[in-house]
Amino acid sequence: MAEPSSSTVDRAADRRTPRRRISAGKIAVYVVLILALIPVIFPIYYAFVGSVMPGGDLASSPPRIFPSGFHWSNVTGVFDSIPLGRQYLNSVVQAGIITIAQLITSIFAAYAFALMPMWGRRYVFGAFMATLMVPAESIIIPNYLHIGDWHLLSSSFGVVIGLVLPFLANMFGTFLLRQAFLQFPTELRDAATMDGCGHLRFLWRILVPLARPSIAAAGVYIFLTAWNQYFWPLLVTRSASQQTLQIGITQLRNAEVGDLGLVVAGAALSVIPTLLIVIFGQRYIVRGLTAGAVR
Amino acid sequence: MTAQTRGPAEAADRGTATDASRADRPARPTPRHGRDHALAYLFLVPSTIVFALFVVWPLGDSVYLSLHGSDLFGGASVFVGLDNYRDMFTSAEFGKVLLNTLEFVLLTVIPGVLGALVVVLLLEAQIRGTRVLRTAFALPFAFSVATASVIFSVIYNYQIGLANGILGFLGIGKVGWTTDPHVAMFALALTTVWMNLGYNVLVLSAGVGSIPAEVMEAARLDGASGLKLVRRIILPLLSPQLFFLVVVTTIQSLQSFGQIHILTKGGPDGSTTTLVYSIYKKAFAFGSSDFGTASAQAMVLLVIVLACTGIQFGVLQRKVHY
Repeated sequence: MAEPSSSTVDRAADRRTPRRRISAGKIAVYVVLILALIPVIFPIYYAFVGSVMPGGDLASSPPRIFPSGFHWSNVTGVFDSIPLGRQYLNSVVQAGIITIAQLITSIFAAYAFALMPMWGRRYVFGAFMATLMVPAESIIIPNYLHIGDWHLLSSSFGVVIGLVLPFLANMFGTFLLRQAFLQFPTELRDAATMDGCGHLRFLWRILVPLARPSIAAAGVYIFLTAWNQYFWPLLVTRSASQQTLQIGITQLRNAEVGDLGLVVAGAALSVIPTLLIVIFGQRYIVRGLTAGAVR
Repeated sequence: MTAQTRGPAEAADRGTATDASRADRPARPTPRHGRDHALAYLFLVPSTIVFALFVVWPLGDSVYLSLHGSDLFGGASVFVGLDNYRDMFTSAEFGKVLLNTLEFVLLTVIPGVLGALVVVLLLEAQIRGTRVLRTAFALPFAFSVATASVIFSVIYNYQIGLANGILGFLGIGKVGWTTDPHVAMFALALTTVWMNLGYNVLVLSAGVGSIPAEVMEAARLDGASGLKLVRRIILPLLSPQLFFLVVVTTIQSLQSFGQIHILTKGGPDGSTTTLVYSIYKKAFAFGSSDFGTASAQAMVLLVIVLACTGIQFGVLQRKVHY
């Protein structure tokens, strides 16, 4: 995401037009942007500030926007109401397994599609890509029935398997990595194989380390998507100790009617990891989500 | 299977045509040629198993279920042909579901894309702090549908929520954000637009960023600035990303489930029951297990999403590119 501006252009523009007008225009831009930013940031601010507000603040009328004090009782209350630590662990396990498995299946498939000779590659690739067009919601009923038929819903271990099974491979990551692998000249592989390096060794010892930024981008994206899943975990999990974080925090709403402090505290606690990823890993996210959008 | 994947997954298929030529370049024949082909297929085996078990087989099952009645436990009973489809398309209830879905898509896609476009264009105004501001606008991307909906449910709370607090402060009466049939859809759309804004801003910023710096410099040196620069240079060059975003967020909106389940449960009075929520209600909610009807509706969802992807593909083939 290169900034299109450069200092030379700035100076040229400044020479052309009187300084005052430019700064007036820029001030207007700032004002509009900040006005637009308020509704965007506010729910985030409210979730975090709301979770440390004293009990009465959220319920006062009119509601307080600034806390009258600082309390941890909402945050500790969350841990008393739902097994949040356990649900955090469930989410880490679920998203972690999905991420690692999808990266492995994607790396193999992407390598086959990008750098290996394959009869009928165009058709096979087309058929694989077609899986992306099928909305998960349109096949969620049979998938749920199958998982039940395989007796995965009767034990907590089975539930973990059921949570991740349908997502062990996905063409999004495969496509992303294939694009990355295509950047490497086939000559690189030819040279390696000439030296007696097999496909497997070339892939894992040479290509994967070289393509690390793309793999990281795919990994971040897969992780975020898995971590944020709602529909499938809602169907597959039963007890609170099986639930992922996303399902767990919604239970605070049902259980403690009226105690909004707990509800916002649960939401704030659940979003911290992904918020950190978006703030510090933005580079990777942009890389991942624009793989299809930008030429 | 792309459960709740944010858009780009769908978008990814775009590249198939563009770099197919590269991929189809015949590899140099070597003595190990045949073995290499076999090995390539072997590398596809893990993905193939997952797709066969969790995409292809369920697809077939969905068709099968949609052609059968459901017994008390949801199992397929007798073959009923297209009866489920006929009942569905002749019911007023399903007509309302389709209308709700259309309303939800329009209310989320148009404001979502236009809002992000305005933000991204303003960020291009050569001001300081662009990077920080862009990150701030991208923050909602971190919020899962569950977290975002939970936060908005607090804001929308009738008695003590902030939304009604502000209205009360302005001397306006309380609004049943999630309980008034005329308002609930807007409340859902607002939540969804907020959630999507981060993603939309990131995609469009990347699009603007990919406009060659020389093009922008040349335009500025020619005296283009402000709206003229936007209209003549940025918008035309940004058209592929805008089109991509419209298609992707449309597909995403069609698949929306979490915010409806958390905020309105499809109500009040069915006013926010969209296609996906209707599938859920028929199949899973309140002990209902009418898998036959639900599967017929799932087929409708599939066809609509395929049509959107088809439009995207068709238009791209014909060049939306400048």
